[in-house]
Amino acid sequence: MNAAAGNSDAPQGDSRLRYVLRIADTSLVLAQRLGAWVGHAPAIEEDLGLANTALDLLGQARLFLSYAGELEGRGRSEDDLAFLRDEPDILNATLAEMPNGDFGDTIVRQFLVDAYQVELYERLAASTDARLAEIAAKAVKEARYHVRYSASWLVRLGDGTDESHARVQSSLDRLWPYTQEFFDADEVDRAAAADGAGPDLAELRAAWSSRVDAVLAEATLARPRDLAYRWYGKQGRHSEHLGHLLSEMQYLQRSHPGAGW
Amino acid sequence: MTAAVVRPDGATAVARARAVLAGVPDPEIPVISVLDLGIVRDVVADEDGTVRVAVSPTYSGCPATAVIRADIKAALEAAGFGKVLVRDVLSPPWTTDWISAEGRRKLAEYGIVPPPAPAGGGCARPGSETGVACPRCGSLDTEVLSEFGSTPCKALHRCRACREPFDRFKCI
Repeated sequence: MNAAAGNSDAPQGDSRLRYVLRIADTSLVLAQRLGAWVGHAPAIEEDLGLANTALDLLGQARLFLSYAGELEGRGRSEDDLAFLRDEPDILNATLAEMPNGDFGDTIVRQFLVDAYQVELYERLAASTDARLAEIAAKAVKEARYHVRYSASWLVRLGDGTDESHARVQSSLDRLWPYTQEFFDADEVDRAAAADGAGPDLAELRAAWSSRVDAVLAEATLARPRDLAYRWYGKQGRHSEHLGHLLSEMQYLQRSHPGAGW
Repeated sequence: MTAAVVRPDGATAVARARAVLAGVPDPEIPVISVLDLGIVRDVVADEDGTVRVAVSPTYSGCPATAVIRADIKAALEAAGFGKVLVRDVLSPPWTTDWISAEGRRKLAEYGIVPPPAPAGGGCARPGSETGVACPRCGSLDTEVLSEFGSTPCKALHRCRACREPFDRFKCI
């Protein structure tokens, strides 16, 4: 893990750029994670569900990354940004990079991110940043489908057998601490909120909480306590897992620069 | 719609281009055209013969989007349009309410349950996704097998009466 948030190549100067990259990278990294389920999910319906969600997230990431490339103004394409940035320059929320684990781990991670993206995109659809607004207006329709899927599975697992309940509660306990990062506003988040480009994170947290609480209650799962510790993937400080993910995701462009089909 | 038609036969050119687009199939559901699908937002013919087509993607990550763009360009070029420019329009986002009546009919005929017609409230109508009739036997005794089907735009259902699975075009 790198101590410094970004290196000399990192676009530190532009707060909006960093804000957009955070949104883009969370979808990008989660799409990559979900893609690894293809051919491995418990049933073909789940294979399709996770793969389709991955596809939507990748599509969203592409739109946000293309916009980020324009904001940066250095001629970098969505592909350059996805495949040629190093770990400290990737600004996804840490939760997105958590390993797939078992199906329950994946569903918990997915539900927590889906609930966040629905609330975030609903607000970004009214952003003063027209590009963010139009991408979010499109993406929120997809996110609503995603959360319907992940929430219904969380309820089935939580309110299922003793075994499924215990395992998914333990997944929730393990992954919950990473959600704090969503709502811990730093200067990038505050600048976006001040411009009306992004939501106020305290308000976002309240909306996310009530959505999450309703599903947890139905799933008979206990909401874990919030910890004081914070992760800061959104500042480029990641868990040990992201580097491994990137080495796989970026392999082709690193080994065969400019390869295409 | 901004019909920036300058030359006298511009309207004709747009009509001709639209006729070509009516023959461009969706790559994943070839029974309907890109016009039926409601993704062609605008067709404009410039005075120099350039035709500009604005297209809305169905889903952000739909792999067919790039193919559709290429197909539209190729079809118009083959029809004699000298310069064809296809651009994406995200806003307002595409909705299944934009699928034409003809498109709905063709989907149903093909065995894919179309989204509800906008006249009846479309996808905004509560319960628009329940009570889906089986396209084979017409029974309303059907269930959702998977919210996600073989393409991003479809969900998989099953009829409890005739036991056949079927696709439904998702409301979005």
